[in-house]
Amino acid sequence: MNMKLSKLNFGSLFLLFALKMLLFGLVFGVLASLSYVYPEFLKDKLGFISLRPLHVSSAMFWIILGATGCIYSGLQIYTGTSASNQRSKWQFILWTVAIIGIFFSYFLKDFGGREYWEFNPIWALPIVMAWILFISNFITMVKGFKQWPVYVWMWLTGIIFFLFTFLENYLWIFPIFRSHFVTDMTIQWKVNGSLVGSWNQILYGTAFFLMDRIENSKSTGRSKLAFFMFFLGLFNLMFNWGHHIYTLPTEKYIRYIGYWVSMTEWVFFIRIIYEWKKNITTIQKNYHHFPYRFLMASEIWVFLNMGQAILMSIPAINIFTHGTHVTVAHAMGTTIGINSMILLAACFEFLNFNLEKHARKIKTLNITFWFLQSFLLLFWLALNGAGIRKGIWQMSVNQSSYSQMMESLNPFISVFVVSGAGLLISFSIIAFVLIKSSISRNVIYHQDS
Amino acid sequence: MNIKVSTIFILLCGVFLIYSFSIYIIPFKEKAAVGFDPGQAAFGRLVWQKHNCQSCHQLYGLGGYLGPDLTNIISNPQKGEVVIAPLVKYGVKQMPAFDLTDYELSVLIQFLKSTDASGISDPRNFIKDNFGMINEHEIK
Ligand code: HEC
Ligand code: HEM
Repeated sequence: MNMKLSKLNFGSLFLLFALKMLLFGLVFGVLASLSYVYPEFLKDKLGFISLRPLHVSSAMFWIILGATGCIYSGLQIYTGTSASNQRSKWQFILWTVAIIGIFFSYFLKDFGGREYWEFNPIWALPIVMAWILFISNFITMVKGFKQWPVYVWMWLTGIIFFLFTFLENYLWIFPIFRSHFVTDMTIQWKVNGSLVGSWNQILYGTAFFLMDRIENSKSTGRSKLAFFMFFLGLFNLMFNWGHHIYTLPTEKYIRYIGYWVSMTEWVFFIRIIYEWKKNITTIQKNYHHFPYRFLMASEIWVFLNMGQAILMSIPAINIFTHGTHVTVAHAMGTTIGINSMILLAACFEFLNFNLEKHARKIKTLNITFWFLQSFLLLFWLALNGAGIRKGIWQMSVNQSSYSQMMESLNPFISVFVVSGAGLLISFSIIAFVLIKSSISRNVIYHQDS
Repeated sequence: MNIKVSTIFILLCGVFLIYSFSIYIIPFKEKAAVGFDPGQAAFGRLVWQKHNCQSCHQLYGLGGYLGPDLTNIISNPQKGEVVIAPLVKYGVKQMPAFDLTDYELSVLIQFLKSTDASGISDPRNFIKDNFGMINEHEIK
C-alpha cells in the first residue's frame, strides 16, 4: 500500500468532511428561513426551491458522514487495526463526487428526487457504491472479533439498514409503484422513518462507545439493559414508521402497527426519568469534559423530543400536528438536539481535542455551549408555537384563508429566524475551533506514525 | 450472549422483510383507482419531482410548509383544475414561475387527479375513537 494512504486517518477525515457540511447546512438554513419573511428573497436566483434542498441535504450529509467518521474512529480503537486502505479512499472520493454533483444540480435547479433527496437519481449511484465499500470495510475489520459489545451491533445494524432503505427509496423509479400513489407514498415514508432509525442506531451506538471510553469501563457496552435498548430501537426502526402517515388512506393495519409500536417508546422515556438522579451526579463530576457535556445535552434533548414524539404518535393528537411546524420542530429538534450533539461529542473525543492545550479557547467554548443550547430551545419553541397555531387552524370549522393563517405565524417565524441565526453563529464557532485545531495538529494522519 | 443476540436479530429482520414485501406487492394485486390515466399520472409524478413542487407543497400533509396542501386541489370547488396552469406559469409569493411544456402540464394535472381520487387529506375529515385512533369520516 502506498505510504501516504496508510497514514491517513479516515475516521478524522470523515468527521472533518462532516463538519464542513454542517457549516454549509447552517448557512443555507438561515438563507432558506429568510424566504418566510421576505417572499422575494433571492427568488429568481436561488429561492426557497433550491435553498431548502441545499439545507436539508447538507444536514443529512453532516449526520451521515459524521456517523461514518464515528464508526471508523470507534472501530480503529475497538479493533486496534487501521481503516486506511483503498476502499476507504474510494469511499471518500465517491462521496465527494456525489456531493459536488448534488450541490451543482441544486444550484442549476435540476431536481428529480424526493423530499430530503431532491437530486437526480444518478447521484445516488456514487452514494450506494461508497456505502457498499463501507460495509465491506466494516466486515473485514470486525470479523475476527467475538462477543461484540452493543455498539458494534448498533453500528452494523445502522449501516445495513441504511443501504436497504436507501435502495428502497428508489422503488419509485419503476412506474408500477408511481402509478399507485398511496402505496408509493407509504413506501416513501416507510423509508424516511427507517432511514432516521438507521443513523440513530449508529449515533446511539457511538454514545454508548463514548460513555465506556469516558468512564474507562466496559460495562455500558455489555450490559443486558443496553442490549434490550438496542432491540427496542431496532423494533421501532422496523415497524414504527406508520405514525408518519395516519391520514394517508393506506392499509389500516399499517396505522395500527405504527401506533402500537410507537407506544413502546414510553420505555425509553421512563428510563430517562428513572436515571435522572444518577445522571445529575455524573454530570457534576464530568462537567468539564466536553465530549461528556455534549452527550448530556443530547440526553436532555432526547427527553424533550421523545416526549413530544410519543404524544405526536397518538393519532388523535397527530391530527393536529401533522403537516404543521410541530413536525419541523420535531425534525430539527432531533437532528440538532440529539444527533448533532452526539456528533459534536464524538468530534471532541475522536479529533483528540486536548483541553489543557487550549486553555484560551475553553472560555469561548463554555459560553458558546450555553448560547447554543439556549438558541436551540428558543428555535424549538418558536417552531412549536407556529405549528400549534396552524394545527388549530387546520382543525377549525370556519377557516380563514391559507395566506391569512400564514401571516398569523409571523411572530413565531421572526423568533425562529433570529434564533436560527444564533444557532448558525454558535455552531460555527465550535466547528471552526474543532477544524482549526485539527488541522494544526495534523489529526488527519494517524498520531502514532 | 452473541448467539442469542444474532438469533433475535435475524428473527426480527425476517419479520421486517415479510412486512416490507407485503407492502411492495400491493400495486401488483390492486388496480389503480378510476378518474385519471395511471400511466400519465406516473409521469406527472416525475414532473412534480423535477420541478420540486414538494419543497413547498404537501400531499396528505407530507412535504414542505410554505404553500398549501394540494392533494384535493382538483375537486376543490373554489380552485379546481383551471387555477393550476396560470399559477404555475406566473408563480405567486415565494412560488417562482415555471416553464412547463404543455405535455408536462397535462401529465402533472393527471397526477393531481390521481391524488384527488385517492381520498381526502383534510384533517377535519377524521373522527377519533376511544383508543386514540382516527378513522375517515367520508371515503372517496
Ligand atoms: C418556493 C415554494 C413553492 C414552490 C417550489 C411551488 N409552490 Fe405553489 N405555491 C407556493 C405558495 C407560497 C403559494 C400561495 C399560497 C397562498 O395562497 O398564500 C402556492 C400556491 C400554489 C397553488 C394554488 C393553491 C391554492 O390552494 O390556492 C397551486 C395550484 C400551486 N402552488 C402549484 C404548484 C406546483 C404545481 C408547483 C411545482 C411545479 C409549485 N406550486 C411549486 C409556493 C411554492
Ligand atoms: C445542525 C443544524 C440543522 C439541522 C441538522 C437541520 C435539519 C433540518 C431538517 C432535517 C429539515 C427538514 C424538516 C422537515 O421536513 O420537517 C430542516 C428544514 C428547515 N430548516 Fe433546518 N436544520 C439545522 C439548522 C437550521 C438553522 C440554523 C436554520 C435557520 C433558521 C434552519 C432552517 C430550516 C428551514 C427554513 C427549513 C425548511 C422548513 C420548511 O419547509 O418550511 N435549519 N432542517
